[in-house]
Amino acid sequence: MEATTLQKMPTAARTIDIESMQRGPKLNMDNESICLEVKDFNLFYGSKQALHGINMKIAKNRVTAFIGPSGCGKSTLLRCFNRMNDLIDTVSIKGEMRLDGNDINAQSVNVADLRRQVGMVFQKPNPFPKSIYENVAYGLRIQGVNDRATLDKVVESSLKGAALWDEVKDRLNESAMGMSGGQQQRLVIARAIAIEPEVLLLDEPASALDPLSTLKIEELIYELKAKYTIVIVTHNMQQAARVSDYTAFMYMGEMIEFGPTDELFTNPSKKQTEDYITGRYG
Amino acid sequence: MSNKSFSSWYKSGSPWVWLNAGAVSISLVMVVGLLLLIAVRGLGHFWPADIMSITYNDPDKKSITLIAEAVETEVVSVARLKKVGVYLPEGQVSGERHLLKVGNRDYFGLDFLWINALWMGETTYPEDLVAIERREWGNFYGYLTKVKQKGEVVAAGDDAWDELQKRLERSNSLVDEITAIEKNEVGKINHGLEELRLQKRQHELDGLPEGSLAYHEIEQERKQWNVRYQGLQKQLADLYVALNRDQIMVTISDGREVELPIAKVIDIYRPNGMNVIEKLGVYFEEVWKFVSGEPREANTEGGIFPAIFGTVMMVMIMAVLVTPFGVIAAVYLKEYAKQGATVRLIRIAVNNLAGVPSIVYGVFGLGFFVYFLGGNIDDIFFQAKLPSPTFGQPGMLWASLTLAILTVPVVIVATEEGLSRIPRAIREGSLALGATKAETLWRTVLPMTAPAMMTGLILAVARAAGEVAPLMMVGVVKLAPALAVDNIAPYLHLDRQFMHLGFHIYDVGFQSPNVEAARPLVYATAFLLVLIIIILNMSAISIRNRLRETSKASEN
Repeated sequence: MEATTLQKMPTAARTIDIESMQRGPKLNMDNESICLEVKDFNLFYGSKQALHGINMKIAKNRVTAFIGPSGCGKSTLLRCFNRMNDLIDTVSIKGEMRLDGNDINAQSVNVADLRRQVGMVFQKPNPFPKSIYENVAYGLRIQGVNDRATLDKVVESSLKGAALWDEVKDRLNESAMGMSGGQQQRLVIARAIAIEPEVLLLDEPASALDPLSTLKIEELIYELKAKYTIVIVTHNMQQAARVSDYTAFMYMGEMIEFGPTDELFTNPSKKQTEDYITGRYG
Repeated sequence: MSNKSFSSWYKSGSPWVWLNAGAVSISLVMVVGLLLLIAVRGLGHFWPADIMSITYNDPDKKSITLIAEAVETEVVSVARLKKVGVYLPEGQVSGERHLLKVGNRDYFGLDFLWINALWMGETTYPEDLVAIERREWGNFYGYLTKVKQKGEVVAAGDDAWDELQKRLERSNSLVDEITAIEKNEVGKINHGLEELRLQKRQHELDGLPEGSLAYHEIEQERKQWNVRYQGLQKQLADLYVALNRDQIMVTISDGREVELPIAKVIDIYRPNGMNVIEKLGVYFEEVWKFVSGEPREANTEGGIFPAIFGTVMMVMIMAVLVTPFGVIAAVYLKEYAKQGATVRLIRIAVNNLAGVPSIVYGVFGLGFFVYFLGGNIDDIFFQAKLPSPTFGQPGMLWASLTLAILTVPVVIVATEEGLSRIPRAIREGSLALGATKAETLWRTVLPMTAPAMMTGLILAVARAAGEVAPLMMVGVVKLAPALAVDNIAPYLHLDRQFMHLGFHIYDVGFQSPNVEAARPLVYATAFLLVLIIIILNMSAISIRNRLRETSKASEN
């Protein structure tokens, strides 16, 4: 219910609430092991530049949130991590992006392999029109795993990992299209973690869901952090504050500020960041 | 006041609702009316009509008795009647005339007759009048008098009917036996002999010297076949003797008593003495004979089974050929080809292909498939059989291929439409799990597009089943000697010509020597064609609906 109350709160009260939040030991990028690294990254849609010289590091087993107003390039940047933008013909990129030190845009990289390492969950739940079981087993079947026992094991552990097992264990063979939106989104997360990626990209995973489902997803993100590096794009600043360890604020295709979430929300170093998080625009 | 109410009525939109509803009702009425017309005209033909005995007094000739079924009645004006020398009583403006089916074509020359109602005398329906369905010469009407065996009378008068039933059953089973032997056994022997001839010819083509062992073996085998053939000949001769044992004597309308071999009789019944249930029995039997039998008498009698078989088989082969072609083309155009001017041009061309007159496809099929492809296949694989063509002549395969080309645009358009309706999110979801584009297509997109493909197939089947013009050039014939499937290896003979319901309608309706006899068959065949198209479509639709159930796209 926390999410509902937060969303309804007037803007002035929000900052106070965030300031009062208590966190563990102070996070510092220097102490983290680095999973993803972005260096001078630019992206163009045809001749229009959408990302301008992005530089950032994403820490392993942490949740990194991208916030910013609509059209600021958060999703575009996120989609670069697993090269989803390859699907758009007009996109061209300049700069470097490294996963565990390897350039992901190199010629030799197999995109399918990259996407197995960097899983993604989209804004709208997009289960396949198959059974719940087959949805979760999809990624493994693609890899040629057809052994029933292995699949059973992975489906169960993934659904448990996505906190969905208890709700669906009796109807694994029913169509996934019959589930609620929140269940579908958790199914999609289960589908993504079934192939054990290193990084999980979440593109506004809760924006199409009701508050209760949102809460469940947020709890889930917190649990998944132990195993995966998570990058989440969100419109909802409270959500970013609640779930993330690091936050990046983006505006007009530029990375305005990036730092530990506590610092960014309580003591932003840039005026634009402050304006945004206090609700003056966006 | 009324002006205001009119304008508010107009604004409420109800005029448009009425207009639309009216348009829908008119279309419905037309479709239902069409179906009813052909159903009534076609299916009424099989009802065992009562047989009349009429005294007919043509003033110029002497009075005669007619035995006939009533077919139809027409109202004619005085002026037209005057022209043919019929003068109506004073004050009457029009007269009726009736079309009668008098049958007995071998005795009367004509089996249909127009008579003037004015000159009709007494009409009776004697119960002992019989209608005889014959293998040749159409129906026969008269009074059964005697049953004979080898010229000796075995039953006469009232006993004749019962005696005849037994003998008719025997003769019909003999006919079945003879047909089976002629079709299967003799067919096999002919096929075997033809194979031997081809083997010999092949040896000659290969330059095998005369007098070598291979020729000797062929000669030996030929002798064996001939021995078998002679055995069958003898068996057949015996059966024919047995078949021709019995005759019946029938008195026809002009009083002559004529002899009819029972071998020529298919069925005999006394409609005047039947009640409705018995008539229904005969009716369904006749309908079944029509659906399951082979045509006789230049297609004006008998059944249309070969045409049904040919139509359905051709459509099925067409469907099997057109689906992969259309789907592959659509997938390439939509998913792989670089979207640009070329693809747009191809798409326009594909759409235009759907508008090309079908006879043009027939010409293409004849020139390309039959003469070029078929001719080359013959040259390479069936050289021994030349100069008589195997695939170098119109046939089932070429007809199906021609129709596949004719319908491929429909499948392409429908599949492309289906592909573009798959949500982007589904594709991205699959790609994000590490699937390649091909895997995504194969595992997710294509299964979800299946209903759209089926829609294309349904449209293709509907179009192909009704197409006649191109078929006349690439494989349809008036009378096919054998079906494309039989008991001679390789069982499926796609090189054979076939019969088709659409062409059958044209043939019976326009090329028939006996117009009056053929007319109801035109309606009945048309009804059957519509029925088959409906059945084919319904089955395709039910498959599509099942596919839709299993692969409902995400819509929330």
